[in-house]
Amino acid sequence: MATVDQAVGWRGRLEEWLRERISVAVSEVTAATALAVLFIALSLASPYFLTADNLFNIGSQTAVIAIIAVAQTMVIITKGIDLSVGSVAALAGVAGAMVVRDLGFSVWEASAVAVAVGAAAGLVNGLLVSFARLPPFIATLGMMSAGRGLVFIVTGAVGVYSLPESFQLLGNGVIAGVPFTIVVTAAVALAVGGLLSQSRFGQHVYAMGSNLEAARRSGIPVRRNLTAVYVLAGMLVGLGGVIAASRVNSGQPNYGIGLELDVIAAAVIGGASLFGGQGRIVGTLIGAFLIALVRNGSVLLGINIHYQQLIVGLIIWAAVYFDQFRRRRLESRG
Amino acid sequence: MSGEPVLEARGIVKRFGHVAALSGAHLTVHHGEVVALIGDNGAGKSTLIKVLSGVHPPDEGEIRLGGRAVAFSSPVDARRAGVETVYQDLAVADDLSVAANLYLGREIKRRGPLGRIGLLDKRAMRRGAAEALEQLGVRIPRVTTPISMLSGGQRQSVAVARAVVWATDVVILDEPTAALGVVQTRRVLELVERVRDAGMSVVLVSHNMPQVLEVADRVEVMRLGRRTARFAAAEATTDDLVAAMTGALTTESLD
Ligand SMILES: Nc1ncnc2c1ncn2[C@@H]1O[C@H](COP(=O)(O)OP(=O)(O)OP(=O)(O)O)[C@@H](O)[C@H]1O
Ligand SMILES: [Mg+2]
Repeated sequence: MATVDQAVGWRGRLEEWLRERISVAVSEVTAATALAVLFIALSLASPYFLTADNLFNIGSQTAVIAIIAVAQTMVIITKGIDLSVGSVAALAGVAGAMVVRDLGFSVWEASAVAVAVGAAAGLVNGLLVSFARLPPFIATLGMMSAGRGLVFIVTGAVGVYSLPESFQLLGNGVIAGVPFTIVVTAAVALAVGGLLSQSRFGQHVYAMGSNLEAARRSGIPVRRNLTAVYVLAGMLVGLGGVIAASRVNSGQPNYGIGLELDVIAAAVIGGASLFGGQGRIVGTLIGAFLIALVRNGSVLLGINIHYQQLIVGLIIWAAVYFDQFRRRRLESRG
Repeated sequence: MSGEPVLEARGIVKRFGHVAALSGAHLTVHHGEVVALIGDNGAGKSTLIKVLSGVHPPDEGEIRLGGRAVAFSSPVDARRAGVETVYQDLAVADDLSVAANLYLGREIKRRGPLGRIGLLDKRAMRRGAAEALEQLGVRIPRVTTPISMLSGGQRQSVAVARAVVWATDVVILDEPTAALGVVQTRRVLELVERVRDAGMSVVLVSHNMPQVLEVADRVEVMRLGRRTARFAAAEATTDDLVAAMTGALTTESLD
């Protein structure tokens, strides 16, 4: 019997409490430390790193990764994975750019279109996972390919250019000295973070990822919720896609190839567990920032893109290994 | 023990592919009694329990609640009818806290507009969970602890507590003491008695014969997917039960 009895007193309870808090936040603390170290190292290594221009650049680069990583986190918490984020972001970005170019939509209307495109792709993913019962890996792998195919078909494999300056507002605009992208990211993070940690829906999302059968037996509508998670994630991916398009003022059909790796890495670094049931938005933001810094730092230090891929791969291995290690230690206590 | 049984299974058949886990199983639970359901591994006890709690729809047969035939299309139906179950696999969400597990599927929302948009009243749930556990004599360091950080016994105690807290008519316990030490086992058995004293009925699946004879009022024995014997606990011996489980003794007519 391992209960803490009154006799152990407040000291014991305090210790236990601390141990519990630390084990909950351990990935986040580790990631934040790594982030700080990398930040300092880059400030020392490159004179250009701390310039306003570069920080702005990192900010908006982080924003796209962060928004899509938030989407990925929701899916990962359900014990799923979304490999289609890159393709769907490209599709949504191109759709947004096309309605601006061809139909004269405003940047806001275009954003709504992009979000709707993302939602549609998410709905397909969600239905495949929860009703057709395809493993998330397969469902979204299919969407990854289908989405990319579609975006090349609709664009004829050429970018969507000659957009008005105003389309850039979303990706490069500034409000009160703060990049617009940062404001959007903060809003998304707050909304999804609140949804996950404070709402009944969020509670059920964690429960489903932790033990789907237990969730079902508790009367949670698991299929509907799972579908909703993929739709919400798709909407965020669509938003990320249109921001990315806005940043370069064009719709690029080959945008986001390999993006899934960056955002999965961001989520996992931040403590989301590929075994489901765990993950917090704070952690994911830290992870996204870290990945953006790796990318940015590599460019500043002239590290070749292939090495960046290598680094991201190593980071994914390390983060998942760490997660597994932590889980095994907990299980052996049980 | 007069009147209609609170819960009754009649001629339940449940097949999984070619395996017939239940081939005409019966179970009778009267008001305010503890029924032990025993049988060898694979006899079909857990399957029968899942049928009774709405997890599996039966292929044939009837479930009666207070004398009326019911069809549970989901565990929610059974729970609404006042039947709570602790499954053999516990069915707890390891990553969620003790409080969240106690309230899983019946979360308390905040009052007012915040509640209407789905926000949880976590404090009320923490308080409710702490009170419920205290009342049931379940000792857990804190209700905010994730289940994954509890010992096997504590985990099982939480699952039992969850069922007991919400039940109004019947509590079904599928091997609730399997992972427990002596002291915790005592507590669960005391809890079973308290539940009975509160006027509810308990179905207890157990492989521990002395325990069965101690807490149960009646014993029903399953073998190969059917009920083969029934005993009043006061009149049965461990040898009788073992004989019934192995098929050497039957008290039921099997057609
Ligand atoms: N979901 C399932 N799919 C296929 N077969 C199943 C399933 N559940 C149970 N069975 C089979 O049904 C039979 C009865 O199993 P059940 O779990 O009900 O036995 P039990 O009496 O609870 O045994 P134990 O004492 O070991 O818990 C077994 O042969 C089992 O393999
Ligand atoms: Mg069983």
